[in-house]
Amino acid sequence: MADPVETDNTDETLPSDATLQSVDTRATGTATVKRGLAEMLRGGVIMDVVDATQAKIAEDAGAVAVMALERVPSDIRRDGGIARMSDPAMIEAIQAEVTIPVMAKCRIGHFAEAQVLESLGVDFIDESEVLTPADEAYHVDKWSFTAPFVCGATNLGEALRRISEGAALIRSKGEAGTGNIVEAVRHLRSILGDIRRITVADDEELYGWAKELRAPIDLVQEVAELGELPVPLFCAGGIATPADASLVMQLGAQSVFVGSGIFKSDDPASRAKAIVEATTHYVDPAIVAKVSRGLGDAMRGIQLAPSDTHLADRGW
Amino acid sequence: MKVGVLALQGAFREHREVLDALGCEAIEVRVPQQLESVDALFLPGGESTTIGKLLDSSGLRAPLRERVAGGLPTFATCAGLIVLASDVLDGRADQEPLSLLDVAVRRNGYGRQVASFEVPLRVEGLTGAPFPGVFIRAPVIERSGDGVEVLARHDDRPVLIRQGRVWAASFHPELSGDLRLHQRFLQQEVAA
Repeated sequence: MADPVETDNTDETLPSDATLQSVDTRATGTATVKRGLAEMLRGGVIMDVVDATQAKIAEDAGAVAVMALERVPSDIRRDGGIARMSDPAMIEAIQAEVTIPVMAKCRIGHFAEAQVLESLGVDFIDESEVLTPADEAYHVDKWSFTAPFVCGATNLGEALRRISEGAALIRSKGEAGTGNIVEAVRHLRSILGDIRRITVADDEELYGWAKELRAPIDLVQEVAELGELPVPLFCAGGIATPADASLVMQLGAQSVFVGSGIFKSDDPASRAKAIVEATTHYVDPAIVAKVSRGLGDAMRGIQLAPSDTHLADRGW
Repeated sequence: MKVGVLALQGAFREHREVLDALGCEAIEVRVPQQLESVDALFLPGGESTTIGKLLDSSGLRAPLRERVAGGLPTFATCAGLIVLASDVLDGRADQEPLSLLDVAVRRNGYGRQVASFEVPLRVEGLTGAPFPGVFIRAPVIERSGDGVEVLARHDDRPVLIRQGRVWAASFHPELSGDLRLHQRFLQQEVAA
């Protein structure tokens, strides 16, 4: 592994083929480099895994990354208690097992957990509502880290606040651990619908949008100009079938996170592979049909009542 | 000119946007039929293990190998370079590269994401400012055969190479906002 602070000492005085040498020192942790990794994960599936064995199954199935955590969200939901960052030894065991990027979660606002994850060389840090929040008012200042962050959002304002704090990737929150796609669809429709409305707003209206969304005006203006978020938008929370993946990709997500949906199903390896193929070929229903055959039962799933704990409400 | 971008997984949209900006007709390639009509092909960055598996499940592996071996102008970036290489070090045991480029590459050879970096590059034949090199968990080209021409280096390693009509970069010109490399490849290999 290269040393992150390594510099290139090449200068213009080098003889011979020096014209082909690079001419400056390496810049790490830039917004381009952080968002660049998010771009590389597009059209892919990121799978929750709790040990090296599951990580291997995920990589074998074609996952673009794994999310290392101690309990999948459906178990966190069932067990209750305080959910925290995973044991570093468990994260390292997964890093040793797979060649694809390894992500891990820290609690909302718990910058010390984030520092630990960065020191482990975690490729993406998820400041996640699935864990119990550590700070009731503030999220982590993500600009101060070299590792990129992904954060959840239920609406455009939340997405832009996370981007203003330095998130390099946004995922719709959905409702983790339910196996019910309805919340993810609601969040995606809210984010993407507001983006569509902003693109036709005039300059005065954009200030109103910034106020309503509680988001920085420069980011609102950037979204109006781009017609999309300035970072990729993935979908998480409730994806359990290949058709679920196709649905959220067609709605406008660029990749999917699958948590409990794989390893709480009858046949994780086959289901994982099927969701990978459905995510690539999401526009082709014949392929989605083909990969959906004979997968056994999906995770059972639960339909939340209004009085149940909604993880998506965490985050400010 | 119709240019295909392999769109199984990864940063294919960024390549398509650069090609659109250059006035090409860019199409996404996910199944073999889409490969038939293209005059050139881009293989994007992404995860090489994922792309390798999807080459098999989509039925693209054999026709892709055949077309590139048959002289289709092809530009591969990062994971695309790994897919075309003859040897992959630190890869998975079941990772089966296409052996269309006589190079040995080490996956994630520059380190994990915290070591990903930007650095300006001098590229042979490109005039003006240095080219912005964006390296994301990039592979290191550890060996290149006699038929491989080196167009740019970083830290004494090749980072942009050409073999016949195949170009490959360990960095991401599609993320740099600089159109010159795409343009030069198309002018040299397709327009000519």
